Amino acid sequence: MSSAPLLEVRGLNAWYGESHVLHGVDLDIREGETVTLLGRNGAGKTTTLRAIMGILRRREGIIRLRGKDLLSLPLHKVAQAGIGYVPEERGIFASLSVSENLVLPPTVSDGGMSVEEIYTLFPNLHERRSSQGTKLSGGEQQMLAIARILRTGAKIILLDEPTEGLAPVIVQRIGDVLMALKKRGMTILLVEQNFRFAKKVADRFYLMEDGRMVNSFPGHELDARMDELHEVLGV
Amino acid sequence: MAVGTQYIAEQPKLRTSSKVLGAIAIAALLAAPFFFYPVLLMSILCFALFACAFNLLIGYVGLLSFGHAAFFGGAAYFTAHAAKVWGWEPLAAILLGVAGAAVMGLLMGFLAIRRQGIYFAMITLALSQMFAFICLQVPFTHGEDGIQGVPRGYLLGILDLNEPLTMYYVTLAIFLFGFFIIWRIVNSPFGNILKAIRENERRAVSLGYRVDRYKLGAFVMSAALAGLAGGTKAIVFQFATLTDVNWQMSGEVILMTLLGGIGTLIGPVVGASLVIALQKYFAAWNFPVTVLIGIIFVICVLLFRRGIVGEILELMKRRQKGAA
Repeated sequence: MSSAPLLEVRGLNAWYGESHVLHGVDLDIREGETVTLLGRNGAGKTTTLRAIMGILRRREGIIRLRGKDLLSLPLHKVAQAGIGYVPEERGIFASLSVSENLVLPPTVSDGGMSVEEIYTLFPNLHERRSSQGTKLSGGEQQMLAIARILRTGAKIILLDEPTEGLAPVIVQRIGDVLMALKKRGMTILLVEQNFRFAKKVADRFYLMEDGRMVNSFPGHELDARMDELHEVLGV
Repeated sequence: MAVGTQYIAEQPKLRTSSKVLGAIAIAALLAAPFFFYPVLLMSILCFALFACAFNLLIGYVGLLSFGHAAFFGGAAYFTAHAAKVWGWEPLAAILLGVAGAAVMGLLMGFLAIRRQGIYFAMITLALSQMFAFICLQVPFTHGEDGIQGVPRGYLLGILDLNEPLTMYYVTLAIFLFGFFIIWRIVNSPFGNILKAIRENERRAVSLGYRVDRYKLGAFVMSAALAGLAGGTKAIVFQFATLTDVNWQMSGEVILMTLLGGIGTLIGPVVGASLVIALQKYFAAWNFPVTVLIGIIFVICVLLFRRGIVGEILELMKRRQKGAA
């Protein structure tokens, strides 16, 4: 594994209109790593993803993917550079079927999964491949949102609360999927409120508070740091 | 592997019921001139194609153009001029109209797609009014008189288009060709990207699409197809006038599409047939036809907002759900 991070964020500041929401966020993700952002509601986790992706346009600092500057790129170029974003609302296109949604995003590089491989990983999507996007359950939408990024060959996938509002058995299914992706060497940046879920998949944690990174530690230290976390997260 | 083959075999989908309906519709269109006045039918076909072209933009990309008359009427002028003054063969003259409309679409679209909603509509309206003014002023359009007495000529030098039936079948072929192109666009990967843009433009961009290019592409295609309708109309009716480029024409095509059903393939055809048929049959009455169409429009907007075809499709969908 090379020592240079795949995704490097340095001193990232971002604004929603006049309000300054990120205050110098630093973040490193190495290739093949799964990193989870923890923090209270409003700590800036989703904002960090949106700022990396370029959906939030007013930002300063450094964002590099394999040393290539992302900050100056127009929005559509960020995805083409190899970052896949799965937003909290999943963003499935209701007027398209499952298979149409799946093949919609443009391929950004070689090495993405083929449609067959995706259907092997998500057999339920194969069953529902001709259903309209609107008719999917929350779990199916989530899997489709992940699946269609996998096909593009994105180098890193940004996942915003993939388990939110899903039944435990579906959460487990998504956990299995993420483990399978890790095995394939996928790099994942995860925002998650569900501790038990995050513990299972994450190699490293970042702790956010008020738009800053306040701590970072490897996954196995999670249990030992529970008291500290309870204090910051107030859970 | 088996999964993959299945997946590929699925597209493009055309259900048997649609195939049967399509065959019946084509048979009806082939037989129609023996029951109805061919000129009326040809008028309907030209306007139906125009409305379908317009619907490609509003129904599948969500862009409301208020300037489509420029492409329709512009192409009519180009075709009429080529056929009458230069003595071009009718199909070549129509193709010139299509090309002219496509170039205009590129220019207008380039400026208009930068804005959305009402601003997009206003830019297209303003540009098309500028074009209408140019048409009034330049000598080749002959101002208020328009280009009259356009020869129908011989298609490819063989088929005599002065025969009403021949002219009808050529118009029908052109209409079906245009309709087929639109069907292909809507059901292609390109069409899916357009639908995605209509639904959530931001999301389409963050997946990596440069949506402006797709919008411009759709705009040019829509303009070219509107041009195909306009050019054909110039040959059928043997004239091109200011009526075709004016903003009322842009409004009329919006009305036809709304009545029939936005975002449905045959909605614009139904809407155009209804409007044209009403205009013809009530032209002899003392009661002004615009008022009648206005009343129908109000009723349509109040009672079935999806348009005639849109409501029927919705009803069928609900039935299907109830049965399942």
